[in-house]
Amino acid sequence: MSSTVAGLLQVAVLLAALAVVYRPLGDYMARVFSTAKHTRAEAAVYRVVRVDPDSEQRWGTYAQGVLGFSFVSVVLLYLLQRLQPLLPFDFGRGAVPPGMAFNNAASFVSNTNWQSYVPEVVMGHTVQMVGLTVQNFVSAAVGLAVAMALVRGFIRSKTDRLGNFWVDLVRGTLRILLPMAFLSAIVLIGLGVVMSLRSGVTVVGPDGAEHTIALAPAASQESIKLLGTNGGGIFNANSAHPFENPNSWSNLVEIFLLLVIPVSLTRTFGKLVGNPKQGYVLLGVMGTLWSGMLAVIWWAESTGLRPLEGKETRFGVAGSALFADSTTGTSTGAVNSMHDSYSGLGGGGTLLNMLFGEMTPGGVGTGLYSILVMAIIAMFLAGLMVGRTPEYLGKKLGKREVTAAAVSILAMPTVLLLGVGIALVLPGTSGALNNPGAHGFSEVLYAYASASNNNGSAFAGITVTNDWFQSSLGVCMLLGRFIPIVAVLCLAGSLAAQKKVPESAGTLPTTGPLFATLLGGSVVLVAALTFVPALALGPIAEALL
Amino acid sequence: MTTTTHRPQRTPDDVRPPAPGRQVGGGAFTPRQLLTSFPDALRKFDPRHQLRNPVMFVVWVGSVLVTVFAVGDPSGFSIGVAAWLWFTVLFANLAEAVAEGRGKAQAESLRQSKKDAVARRLVDGVEERVPGTELRIGDLVVVEAGEVIPGDGDVVEGIATVDESAITGESAPVIRESGGDRCAVTGGTTVLSDRVVVKISTKPGESFVDRMIALVEGAERQKTPNEIALTILLSTLTIIFLLAVVALQPMAAYSGSVQSVIVLTALLVCLIPTTIGALLSAIGIAGMDRLVQRNVLATSGKAVEAAGDIDTLLLDKTGTITFGNRRATEFVAVGGTTPEELAAAVRLSSLADGTPEGRSIVELCVEKFGLSAEATDHEKTGEFVEFSANTRMSGIDLGDLKVRKGAASAVRAWVAENGGEVSGEVGPVVDEISGQGGTPLVVAEIRGGVASVRGVIRLSDVVKPGMKERFAELRAMGIRTVMVTGDNPLTAKAIANEAGVDDFLAEAKPEDKMALIRREQEGGKLVAMTGDGTNDAPALAQSDVGVAMNTGTSAAKEAGNMVDLDSDPTKLIEIVEIGKQLLITRGALTTFSVANDLAKYFAILPAMFAGIYPQLDQLNIMNLATPQSAILSAVIFNALIIVVLIPLALRGVRYRPSSASALLRRNLLVYGLGGVVTPFAGIWLIDLLVRLIPGIG
Repeated sequence: MSSTVAGLLQVAVLLAALAVVYRPLGDYMARVFSTAKHTRAEAAVYRVVRVDPDSEQRWGTYAQGVLGFSFVSVVLLYLLQRLQPLLPFDFGRGAVPPGMAFNNAASFVSNTNWQSYVPEVVMGHTVQMVGLTVQNFVSAAVGLAVAMALVRGFIRSKTDRLGNFWVDLVRGTLRILLPMAFLSAIVLIGLGVVMSLRSGVTVVGPDGAEHTIALAPAASQESIKLLGTNGGGIFNANSAHPFENPNSWSNLVEIFLLLVIPVSLTRTFGKLVGNPKQGYVLLGVMGTLWSGMLAVIWWAESTGLRPLEGKETRFGVAGSALFADSTTGTSTGAVNSMHDSYSGLGGGGTLLNMLFGEMTPGGVGTGLYSILVMAIIAMFLAGLMVGRTPEYLGKKLGKREVTAAAVSILAMPTVLLLGVGIALVLPGTSGALNNPGAHGFSEVLYAYASASNNNGSAFAGITVTNDWFQSSLGVCMLLGRFIPIVAVLCLAGSLAAQKKVPESAGTLPTTGPLFATLLGGSVVLVAALTFVPALALGPIAEALL
Repeated sequence: MTTTTHRPQRTPDDVRPPAPGRQVGGGAFTPRQLLTSFPDALRKFDPRHQLRNPVMFVVWVGSVLVTVFAVGDPSGFSIGVAAWLWFTVLFANLAEAVAEGRGKAQAESLRQSKKDAVARRLVDGVEERVPGTELRIGDLVVVEAGEVIPGDGDVVEGIATVDESAITGESAPVIRESGGDRCAVTGGTTVLSDRVVVKISTKPGESFVDRMIALVEGAERQKTPNEIALTILLSTLTIIFLLAVVALQPMAAYSGSVQSVIVLTALLVCLIPTTIGALLSAIGIAGMDRLVQRNVLATSGKAVEAAGDIDTLLLDKTGTITFGNRRATEFVAVGGTTPEELAAAVRLSSLADGTPEGRSIVELCVEKFGLSAEATDHEKTGEFVEFSANTRMSGIDLGDLKVRKGAASAVRAWVAENGGEVSGEVGPVVDEISGQGGTPLVVAEIRGGVASVRGVIRLSDVVKPGMKERFAELRAMGIRTVMVTGDNPLTAKAIANEAGVDDFLAEAKPEDKMALIRREQEGGKLVAMTGDGTNDAPALAQSDVGVAMNTGTSAAKEAGNMVDLDSDPTKLIEIVEIGKQLLITRGALTTFSVANDLAKYFAILPAMFAGIYPQLDQLNIMNLATPQSAILSAVIFNALIIVVLIPLALRGVRYRPSSASALLRRNLLVYGLGGVVTPFAGIWLIDLLVRLIPGIG
């Protein structure tokens, strides 16, 4: 079997698996976020944290909940790392340095999971499990919650209530992420992923010397790392490590896991707004861009000078390209190959995937709300072009809505471009780069794109442990995450306050190919217009060589 | 723009008196206008003015910056870029000035009509002469023939003919009388005959003419909601490009090719949406102007925009959907009378009948039976019997021949009185016609001393030609039409079906109209209506777009947000189209502006960076001569495209009522795809000339 056919088979199996779970999972998530009933476990949680689960919140209160919860999470995670020597299972790895601890805290709370550390050297099991893994769950649940609040903005009318953040957070964690993570962890163990509390095993190698091979509770973290589009590996080599991702079957399962929730959320959206086609059209746009970028990366890598450089032979070009496309398109950031070793075009493809703003299909929840924000911008222009005050899903897009959408869209390019610009003029930067010229530039650009878009994958080839990188990337992650969240919640608030405009022949349908083209075009155009000058100096200059 | 056949085919030139300065250009744009607006355009270089428009303000700042650098390091390139950046600002100013200029002339002549009139104020029955500007609400003033009415108000005493041409452009005088729906008078109009007492209803400075002047001048033009939202979007794009260009310098420096401020500014100005930024306010002014040209005054631009969003149109049946008067549509002969005999009889009875119904009967005789509309000398000797409320019939006595037509009961009685017998066929025919919503007129005659009923004339509402097609278009645009009528439901249904409206409101009282509007709005719909009576005022105020007829009461004019000077209720349909066209023009030019950026990247990026990465020269697909000529050509294209698009901004993009998808598809194709392709050709052409400049090419 040729590697191309094998690759196509993998894609086919992946798509078939996604198609099978799309409806049931999407519908299930819709029920989770719309039912009035609380499970006994949830009721217990609400009693402990003293939350009235039946009182709904205004957008401001909802946003305060998100920000407050995330702030406390950052502080706790920071303290856990700094106080590591006092914790069990620390294996004498010591306190994490302040800059790194801040960067990690920002990284895991913002669902970025950028890792400026070598996990098996820096983190003990307690910080991994109590700190990082917990954030893997709740940061994903925060994304889900915000997406649901925005959807409620569309489906509700004449109300200032968007739901209850604590309820959405608890339900997303307990009813969706936890059971799915548990199941998939068992599947991964079955496929050979390691699950151990030991620090490592000592073996005598063929060279006669003793080697220590680190072990970790990998399977449990691996499953949520992918399901929650987190991406922070328990080993430094991430999903390229044989203990995290032993074979091509586990590789396929992992790609499936990182796509499954963002993809199915479009069904949840369609179900909640009362017309599944509204979700299909979003999925169509996401899918088209995902496939397009897959084709570009796959083609670029298989025709490159050294196709397998930086890739695991057990995955091959196809398995690596599929993973790379999916991980950068979902804001996951896990890697099973070295993106830095990709060709100019292939590496540029993974970079562009992030610069789209993480909506192809994007992170858990974040992908849905990001593409909805883009839909609002696209529908604003389209609405003008059909001669009506623009509207989307029956809600008018006026000054408030456009402002909120604009702020949400502005955040990422702003922090990214400022970050790159400042980094490049700092004298320390060129010393941190492994490569000169266009490729070195791509490394810096990739780092800030990854942080600002909460992706977390690394081009590597750049040493990011100095104070500037640790703190500026941390700040990019936080601003890239929370400015859009506040803007999206504000948007949800003003949408919910409106009454619904009934559909008529003058309403632009948002379920057909015309809208899909418009939306997809807007995603590409906004990214291209913003980043083409920067890309010209990095990947484009490399690719045209 | 589609035309309807019922609309009087006249241009603004016809309806306006030939007074100089009153003429408003019919949407045409001549290069001369650019020249005459030049001084105004120069005045707009004031930075305080530029601040109103964030996109153009960035260009203005960029121009200053480049000028400073060009002075420090003069070269053909730096001076060229500086000059063309200033031209960009100038062209934007020109667009706005031209749009405003069209209203200025009109405002000037309105001011003439407002020249300080002296008012004869009545205080406790005693007259005193005060300047018109001192009048307060509630003052009573006397106006006699030849005098100018000093302020807006209602006639409370007397009746007079008034020349309103200063406001409406219509030279035929109108009658204004106390009480009823024709009591409103406008300041600045002239009383031609008789004497009236007017109760002033507006404060000085807020009169109709004042509002009209402010409107046509665009002096206090406030940004409309969609315009504000669009400005926010354009500002966002500007900020993104500003960041991209600012961040480009360290990137370029890292790559080993520091860029000059001139080049970076040129790139920035080319990328930010200057085309739409420059034309945005001109589009808004021109949109209002298009309304004024159709003799409609909107109190705010917001109302014009809302017109484009209308979901439901309430249209009065009479005068809007049907002709104001009923017309004869059929003659039904009874009792052995031949149709020709009946036609001859009704013609004779109606020859001298001046009422619209009477004329329509003669017209039907001419049309269907080929009879003459002119009376013969013999027929002229007949004596016309006029309709009266007592007899309820009219007719003619010609020798011993007497013909009568009128209400069934009255004519039957007349026949019986004269010893005739009424055919049994008459009853069912009359009932049938009434049942179908028509009015039956029974025709009888006494010929040779014998009285008999000869037949029945059917008078019915006639739907104006073209209305059905119009409503179909509205339906395609997603607008539902509701016919409002005082008729009974049966009659209303018949006419509604014939006219093709979507729904009707029969036996409508003003409260019902109001309730209907509320109900529609409750469901999130926007409602438009026309009205003229005082009892329409609440509904006019409640509706999202309320068009008051100029003939209406001041209460109605106060309540609505537009006034139609021609008092033509069908104009509502045009107003909707103008509202839509306004939004479409903005959207289309924004799309065009953003789509242009692609070509500019292809021109400027290779010019900037091919020096360090020669492979980037592959992006120079337009084969521009040198980096300098590439950048300068892009800047020149960016400036010239504004001038090229001024006529489009003023005229508005073509609008044809069709479904939203069809509209979007067309506009994306023309302005999206066109916006991508045009600059490639434009920049390439400009470069062919620019490369000839020594030191650049």
